[in-house]
Amino acid sequence: MSTFELRDRLNERSLASAKTVAICGIVIGILAGWLALPPATVRNPALPIVLGFIAVLLGAYGIYCDEKRAGWGAVAAGLAGTALGLLVQHSSVGHLESAFAWGTLLAATLRYATPLTFAALGGIFSERSGVVNIGLEGMMLAGAFFGIWGADKTGNWILGVLIAMLAGGLFALLHAIWSIHLRADQIVSGTAVNFLALGLTGYLFIQVYGSNGTPSLSSGNWFKGESIPDVTFSSSSNFFAQVFGQINLMIWIAIILVVVSHLFLFRTSLGLRIRACGEHPRAADTVGIDVYKVRYSSVVLSGVLAAMGGAYLSVGFTHSFNQNMTAGRGFIALAAVIFGKWRPFGAFGAALLFGFSTALAYAIPPAYSDTASSVLKSGSLFQALPYVLTLIAVAGVIGRSIPPAADGRPYKRQ
Amino acid sequence: MSQPAGENPAGAPSPQQPESPYPQTFVGRLTARYRVGGIVTPIFTVIIAFLAGGIVVAATGHNPLETYRAIFNGTGLNWFFPWVTGSERADAATNLQQTLILTTPLILCGLAVAFAFRCGMFNIGGQGQYLVGSYVAVFVGSAWAGMAGPAHIFLAVTLAALAGAAWGGIAGFLKATTGAHEVITTIMLNWIAVWVGNYFFGLQGPFQGPDAFNPISNTIADSAKLPVFWGDPNLQGLHVGLFIALGMLVVFWLILNRTTLGFEVKAVGFNPDAAEYGGISVKKNYFLAMAISGCFAGLAGAMDILGWEFNISTPQILFSNIGFIGIAVALLGRNTALGTLLGALLFGALYVGTSTRQLDPSVFDPELASNLTLIIQGLVVLFVGADLLVISIWNQRRRIPTRRRTALE
Repeated sequence: MSTFELRDRLNERSLASAKTVAICGIVIGILAGWLALPPATVRNPALPIVLGFIAVLLGAYGIYCDEKRAGWGAVAAGLAGTALGLLVQHSSVGHLESAFAWGTLLAATLRYATPLTFAALGGIFSERSGVVNIGLEGMMLAGAFFGIWGADKTGNWILGVLIAMLAGGLFALLHAIWSIHLRADQIVSGTAVNFLALGLTGYLFIQVYGSNGTPSLSSGNWFKGESIPDVTFSSSSNFFAQVFGQINLMIWIAIILVVVSHLFLFRTSLGLRIRACGEHPRAADTVGIDVYKVRYSSVVLSGVLAAMGGAYLSVGFTHSFNQNMTAGRGFIALAAVIFGKWRPFGAFGAALLFGFSTALAYAIPPAYSDTASSVLKSGSLFQALPYVLTLIAVAGVIGRSIPPAADGRPYKRQ
Repeated sequence: MSQPAGENPAGAPSPQQPESPYPQTFVGRLTARYRVGGIVTPIFTVIIAFLAGGIVVAATGHNPLETYRAIFNGTGLNWFFPWVTGSERADAATNLQQTLILTTPLILCGLAVAFAFRCGMFNIGGQGQYLVGSYVAVFVGSAWAGMAGPAHIFLAVTLAALAGAAWGGIAGFLKATTGAHEVITTIMLNWIAVWVGNYFFGLQGPFQGPDAFNPISNTIADSAKLPVFWGDPNLQGLHVGLFIALGMLVVFWLILNRTTLGFEVKAVGFNPDAAEYGGISVKKNYFLAMAISGCFAGLAGAMDILGWEFNISTPQILFSNIGFIGIAVALLGRNTALGTLLGALLFGALYVGTSTRQLDPSVFDPELASNLTLIIQGLVVLFVGADLLVISIWNQRRRIPTRRRTALE
């Protein structure tokens, strides 16, 4: 009996399929790390080692049965979980409990993930139609400035957000004209949009508000005291109420948009058209799809969405604007698009992961201010985490990210 | 300025044409015309960008002519006018020193973008490579004090360049081995460099300087400082890094035009499939091109640290954008050595001319002006990207006379 037959027999006889086994491995690997954290806070080094070992074994079985992705995932989860569990056991329970207050930590995660989610959804529409959009950062920044400017001048946050969407759409239109009609290099034109938005918003900010900055929520007639409201339906102190009980309206809009975008892209004919233009524009053109029109609308939509993210950041979150306030969030959104494999739910998951690492980067330093470890005291390395993860994802160590086939290629009508 | 379009990737010898105002063959004429387009497009671009910037200034209620004149005087370029004398001339000299100090890293960061571009890659990661280079320069310059001057400088510069090469090489290696797009990987590497630097030199970081309340690194030793050859060393005079940058322009040109490596890099840039078929290792060249690019950017970091900054702080790490300006420099310079020099001079002058120190605030608010610079930079990149537009406008203007001349010949 050859090894292959043995493997097939094992597969037939086993109670669970290889994939289930590997996914169990992933869960156990995560447990290895999680049990060392509050609220469980297990202080025994044997536990993460044993659990991690089991996860790696299950992963190896998965790989052996040709379930490569889940298998490698389990191996990675097991190793990472063990490392995390052992590391975490070195720090005291008090420190851990103040850093990992899950309710507030996850609420913060949602806040940080929301602007990323908006911009990443925008990036998905643009790239699915075949136009690379590294101008997301600029469009977001435009949304942040024009949102607060509009809200300030009209005294109404809804009009502010609409003006932000208009501004983002205009910057996106510029990118669209350049990359579709003029067939310019899309990276060059995206870079130009970033520079332009940075300069223009900075210029107008100084021109309109001077170096005093935007008026604050309490003083002046800004918003007439009203910002984007929080949606409150529970103010008790259980876990779910802490996370979801009182969060900003824009966060709910972002979550709804993720679902809508998924249904739109993968369940409607318009979505199919967008994807066709990104995979094979010539074929799409042949069956009568107006590639230019689809690409124009997708790119403009991406600008509108990115600007909503920017508007949430300024109008809904910090209640002020500063020069270059997006500070690279557009690029993290781009990373979320790639990490999420150009899918709305994937990108949302990536945005949550990146948001979590940001939340952690802000939660850890105050909790560990009395320790000697400079890594924990500065938190900067946690900020680098999203980028490292994306680098690994693009390099294809765990589940390679492959863009739409015609992404970044200008299309010339015949 | 621009490479002749008839440059043959297959390396077949082309008959040398004697230099004459009217080339004899059709190919020769075409080459000449592309060459004209090569110079015209950037000039056209810059003029449009400045005009559009002027419109922004005028629309917000300022006088564009006076603004541009004040910016020009802030750059110190009026030093070249013989009628500028006395204290005005001394001011112009210090301003010009600042312009050239900024031109130095811009040349190098421009080369970092240009070299990768010639291999068909877009290196957005100049900023990260620049930062990594400056971290190493700060570390070597401050930690290994007590070395002899020239050796210390040499060591700091070399290690910084190598660090930049390593940082760029990661992107090249990933592209060569896994096909990961260099634009994405370099963007990620930029931000990793930023946050790692934030950790290194931030509050209570491992390389924070003696002041516990400021996120600033140690100051480099005197032996590691680059000598100043024009102006007062205590008032930030012009350091010899400018000559290193100019030397690198020559090295860039030599590598591309006089070595096998340069030939292979350009061949891969023209058409990777054809190059592979011709026996050139595309993967090796992707890696090498990115590493060399990173080397240039790392050098830029070393020049700034050893030349005039002497230490690095975390706000400086977050707000620095030399590497990004390098993109505009290289695009405007059409990825050639001479073009990069001119582009670096333009942007160096623009940034210095609009800085708080140099621009006369009674004419125009420097905070507005520095954003005006960003707008002009964005427009330049935008119009360089639209060469199709510019060339078609240019060709429409020239079409009739050219056709008539061809008919006459």
